[in-house]
Amino acid sequence: MGRGGGVGKFMTVKEAVSRFIRDGMTISIGGFTVSRNPMALAYEIIRQGRKDLHVVCHSHGQALDVLIGAGCVRRVEIAYGGNGRWAPTCIRFRKAVERGEIEVEDYSNYQMSLRFLAGALGIPFMPTKSGLGSDILKVEGFGPEVRGKGKVSSKKAVVIQNPFEEEEDPIVLVPALNPDVTILHVQYVGEDGTVRIKGLTFADIEQAKAADVVIVSCEEVVPVEYIRSDPDQNSLPPFFVDAIVRVPYGAHPTACYGFYDYDAGHLNYYRKAAEDDAAFENYLREWVYGVSSHEEYLEKVGVESLLKIKASAGRGYAVGLERK
Amino acid sequence: MGRMEYSTNEMMAIRAARLIKDGDIVFVGTGLPMLAAMAAKQIHAPGAILFFETGGIDPILEEIPMCVSDPRVMYWTSLNSGLIEAFSIAAHRRLRTIALLGAAQIDRYGNLNSTCIGPYHRPKVRLPGSGGAGDVAALADAFIVFMRHEKRRFVEKLDYLTSVGWYQGRDSRRKLGLKRGGPIAVITDLGVFGFDEVTKEMYLAEYYPGISLEQIIENTGFEVDTSRAKETDPPTEEELKILREKVDPQRLIL
Repeated sequence: MGRGGGVGKFMTVKEAVSRFIRDGMTISIGGFTVSRNPMALAYEIIRQGRKDLHVVCHSHGQALDVLIGAGCVRRVEIAYGGNGRWAPTCIRFRKAVERGEIEVEDYSNYQMSLRFLAGALGIPFMPTKSGLGSDILKVEGFGPEVRGKGKVSSKKAVVIQNPFEEEEDPIVLVPALNPDVTILHVQYVGEDGTVRIKGLTFADIEQAKAADVVIVSCEEVVPVEYIRSDPDQNSLPPFFVDAIVRVPYGAHPTACYGFYDYDAGHLNYYRKAAEDDAAFENYLREWVYGVSSHEEYLEKVGVESLLKIKASAGRGYAVGLERK
Repeated sequence: MGRMEYSTNEMMAIRAARLIKDGDIVFVGTGLPMLAAMAAKQIHAPGAILFFETGGIDPILEEIPMCVSDPRVMYWTSLNSGLIEAFSIAAHRRLRTIALLGAAQIDRYGNLNSTCIGPYHRPKVRLPGSGGAGDVAALADAFIVFMRHEKRRFVEKLDYLTSVGWYQGRDSRRKLGLKRGGPIAVITDLGVFGFDEVTKEMYLAEYYPGISLEQIIENTGFEVDTSRAKETDPPTEEELKILREKVDPQRLIL
C-alpha cells in the first residue's frame, strides 16, 4: 500500500513493472473489453518476460489476450474474454483454453465485481442471488492442488440458506479477492497521486482497493490545484496508489474516454494476426519486443491513426470514425 | 405497394424492438440487442431507458456502440458509473428491467450457454463466458434472447448452463431461490418462441413471412409445439427507414 502524496511514486513503465510484478503473482487488470486496458503496462510485462501470472478480471479483452498469447499467464479467474465486434471471444484466450495451455475458472461480471468489493472491504465473501442453478456453481475449473494456495480461495463459491429467513431461501457466497497487484489505465493523476477516472469506472475502484499494490498509468499528470479544485470528480485518494506512470495513449488500441476512441484498424489487424500462431509471433516481435518504449510503439501506430481516433470535443469518442 | 426487401437481421431487430414498451428499463448487450433497443427507442418507445452493465445509464446514442464498453455509451448519460451500480439497477425491486441477450446454445426452458462447446476443461470451442448475462438472467424482471436458429444451438442438453432461464420448467426457477424474472421470448432468424405459462416450455409463437413450420421443426434440436404459431407482421417501411437511417447508418451491425 502506497504512502500519501505522489512523492516517490512517479516512475517509468519499466521501473513500475520491474519493481512490483513478479512471476506467479495474482494480477488484476482494469478496464473492460475494448476500453481503458492498461496496454503499455501489459506490453512491458511481456517484454520483461513475466511468467505464470494468475489473472483475475471481470470482462476483459485486449490486455488479457496479449498477455495470454505471449505466454505470461498460467491461470485466469474471469467472467468474459471478448473484444466486442472485433473478436466476440478473444482469440489467444480461446486458443489457450482449447489447447489446455491455461487453467480457467468462470464467474459472472457481478460475481467478480462483488469479489473485488469484498476484498476492498476486508470481508471474506459477498452474498448474491446470481449463479443459482448455473454451472458456474457446479463446475470447477481449478483442481484441488490449486485451491487454497496463495491468493486462490479454498472454494469457488458456496450456497447457503439465508440466515435471516425461516423459509427456504438459498443464496450464493462468492469469496473475496485480494490480488497482489492491480494495474489500471486512467485519464488523470494529480501531482499528489489523486486518481481521476472519466466516463465509466467499471470495477476499477474496487479492483484497486482490493489489491496489495496498485500501478496506475495515465494520460496526463495534472497539478494539485487542478485535481483538488473539483474533488467530486475524483476516483481514488493517493494513499491507494504505489506507482504512477505517465503514458499518453497508454490504452491503445483500446479506447480512453475523452482522449481517444478504440483503433478499429489495429484491432482488425490484431485479430488476423491472433488467428495464426506464426503471425501472432510476428505481431509480438513487431509491436511488443521490437519496440523499447511506448513512444516508439506510437511512432509505429503513426500520426494518421492517432489523429483519426482522437476524441471529439464534447463527445468523448471520435465522431464518424471508420469502425468496421 | 410491392413486397418490401429486408434482411434477417432487420426482421430480428424490429421484432424484438416491438417487445420493448415505453418506460421499460432495458439492459442492452452487444450486437443485435443494440439494434433492437435503439430501434425501439426511436420508433415507439422514446421513454425507454437503455443501460449497460459497464455502468452507462441512459446515454444519447448518436452512433451505435460496438460493445458495452464503447465510449459511446458514456455520452450524455444521466449517470456514468460502474458494474455494481449497473447490477443494482438490473436487480432493483421497483424497476421493470428487461434484458436483451445473445447465446450460443439454448434449451427448451430458455437456459443459455455462452461459455463452451464440448467438455468444460478441454472444450471444442471456448466462448467468451457469462459476462453480465448470467447475472441479469437471474436478477432482471424479464429477458429476451437472440439466437441463430440451428439444430446444434437449440439443444436437449446444454454443454454448460451459463444463464438460468426457466431452469427445469414449471416453478423450478422460483424454487432455486430466484424471486422474479425469466425468459419471455426467443427471437431467431426464422421466428419467435414464447414460453408456456404453466410448463414454461418453449413453443413457437411466430414464424417470419416466407418461413415454413417444417423449416423451424427441422432446425430445432428438441420437439416443439407449433400449434399456436402465426405469421409475424413484416417490418414496416417506417420501421426499416428508422433502423437503416437513424440506428445504424454506417451498417456496422446490420
